[in-house]
Amino acid sequence: MSIIEETRAALLTLFPEQTKAEEEAEALAVQAAAQAEADAAAEPELVAESAPEEEIAEVAADEKAEDTTEKPKKKPVAKKKEKVEEPPREPGLLDTDHATRGTVIDVYCDASQVVEAAKIMDEAGFFLESVTAVDWLKEEKMEVVYDYNHFAIEQSRVVVRAFVSREEPAIDTVSGVFPSADWHERETWDFFGIDFKGHPNQIRILLPEDADFHPLLKDFSC
Amino acid sequence: MTVPIQCRHDETFVLNLGPQHPATHGVLRVKLTMDGEYIVKAEPVLGYIHRMHEKMAEDGTFAQFMPNTARMDYLHALAYNQGYCMAVERAAGIEVPERAEYIRVITVELNRIISHILWWAAFLLDLGGFTPLLYAFDDREQVLDLLERVTGSRLTYCYFRFGGVYNDIDDEFITGTYAFIKRLRSRLPTFYHDLVTGNIILQKRLKGIGIITEEQARRYGCTGPVARGSGINYDVRKNEPYSIYPELDFDVPVYDECDSFARYMVRMDEIDQSLRIIEQSLDKLPDGPIRAKVPKILKPAAGDCYASVETARGNLGHRLVCTGLKNPYRLKLRSPTYCNLSCYGEVAEGMLLPDALAFMGSLDLVIPEIDR
Repeated sequence: MSIIEETRAALLTLFPEQTKAEEEAEALAVQAAAQAEADAAAEPELVAESAPEEEIAEVAADEKAEDTTEKPKKKPVAKKKEKVEEPPREPGLLDTDHATRGTVIDVYCDASQVVEAAKIMDEAGFFLESVTAVDWLKEEKMEVVYDYNHFAIEQSRVVVRAFVSREEPAIDTVSGVFPSADWHERETWDFFGIDFKGHPNQIRILLPEDADFHPLLKDFSC
Repeated sequence: MTVPIQCRHDETFVLNLGPQHPATHGVLRVKLTMDGEYIVKAEPVLGYIHRMHEKMAEDGTFAQFMPNTARMDYLHALAYNQGYCMAVERAAGIEVPERAEYIRVITVELNRIISHILWWAAFLLDLGGFTPLLYAFDDREQVLDLLERVTGSRLTYCYFRFGGVYNDIDDEFITGTYAFIKRLRSRLPTFYHDLVTGNIILQKRLKGIGIITEEQARRYGCTGPVARGSGINYDVRKNEPYSIYPELDFDVPVYDECDSFARYMVRMDEIDQSLRIIEQSLDKLPDGPIRAKVPKILKPAAGDCYASVETARGNLGHRLVCTGLKNPYRLKLRSPTYCNLSCYGEVAEGMLLPDALAFMGSLDLVIPEIDR
């Protein structure tokens, strides 16, 4: 079993339901291959969300609307959302295509599971590439994103993401597992105000020490 | 009658290294707690040149962020160009023509060479050797002239475009590059290795100093020459092949000594490898378009993607989140030296101050890239 397969199996332990579903699917595959195929097809659907050709053609059409480039960015956010009517993603593990996404495994777990996930990645010999966040203002939540990568194998990026509430964003620190997370989490706190519980030294890192704002929040303006 | 000086080891003092200090090559400040000449605790303080590029990315269109990329790592600006272009191209599904990929690789590798050469010069300046700087700048000038010819600028390039490059290379650039390869190959053994690498003072300053173990490198996420000097065979060009690198024949220099000298040797060997890459790409350079047809305003589909490239300092990552609009919803920049520097506190502990400076130089820090 390759490192990626082993890691996948280890990460799958975070999601007992999906593990069960996959085991069942496998068992079914022995009996009826067709049934298993349908089961697997239901999963990658979420990955194949980019339809670039259509999108580009569409953009080419309104190329003339170029002068409107300078519009403030906040207004169009609401406009676009009605186009992408996708059900919110369920927690679980996805196999993604490295060529289109840059990752091979995409894990969406509960905020309480990120330390456990970090331990699994540490045991598998991965290193922490970065920690960051995305502020989803409209959905009123924040996404914390961990990127892991491996030195020894090709194309091994694993992304772990978890959502926290926007009012009181807080999540456990993984700096006890990966010391590199120390600075990444400090930066994320600096920019987004996400509290990393248990962080040894959560102070400003890139912004001035007396700053009282978190600039990457979507509702921040100076 | 003389009274012997009492040395009290329970008493420490704080020494501020920087933010204005020639050895930090920029505005990095390190708060050192000293016990005499020995470091008890080293704490890098960042942010003196923080400009919030990530917010700037969110405010403009995808193309408007292009010039910013070169303002981060000004020594290997083309790699930042390439990293950002790759992230956007991945998100929008843009194919880059083959000739453009070759031109990208040629210019990025030229840029990598002068980045290493400048590091070499500045590093030796830190260690007290002034003459190498003059040789290095002589060579660097040749490349700057070549790159200025095609890119239009000398330092902060904005040469790549989504789906290609801005300008085609001409015959003069090609002959000039061949001449530079020949020139540097003849100068490397003498001016670089005979004069400096073999120098006993340099070796005594670097060997066994600044040990970053393989495990430390992994836990702190060190990449690039820092990881390769610690015996880790990791190069994004090989591990996550992109562009035309899989078609080219080059080696990844790896040294197991884990010390400053190993990192020095990795970079020196990489200059050789980059010359090999450029020579092969020039030999194979195909004809064809230099830019794909790409709409002026990009609106990639909603979703996120990651792209990473190998810069002179390590693995540069871009995490790009799109919502189907003409501006990025979020752009995370994972700068390599930010992670490489994060191990400084642990490694510098117990070091002599002059050794800690030599160690800092061997990390090849570019402060605007750390602070973004």
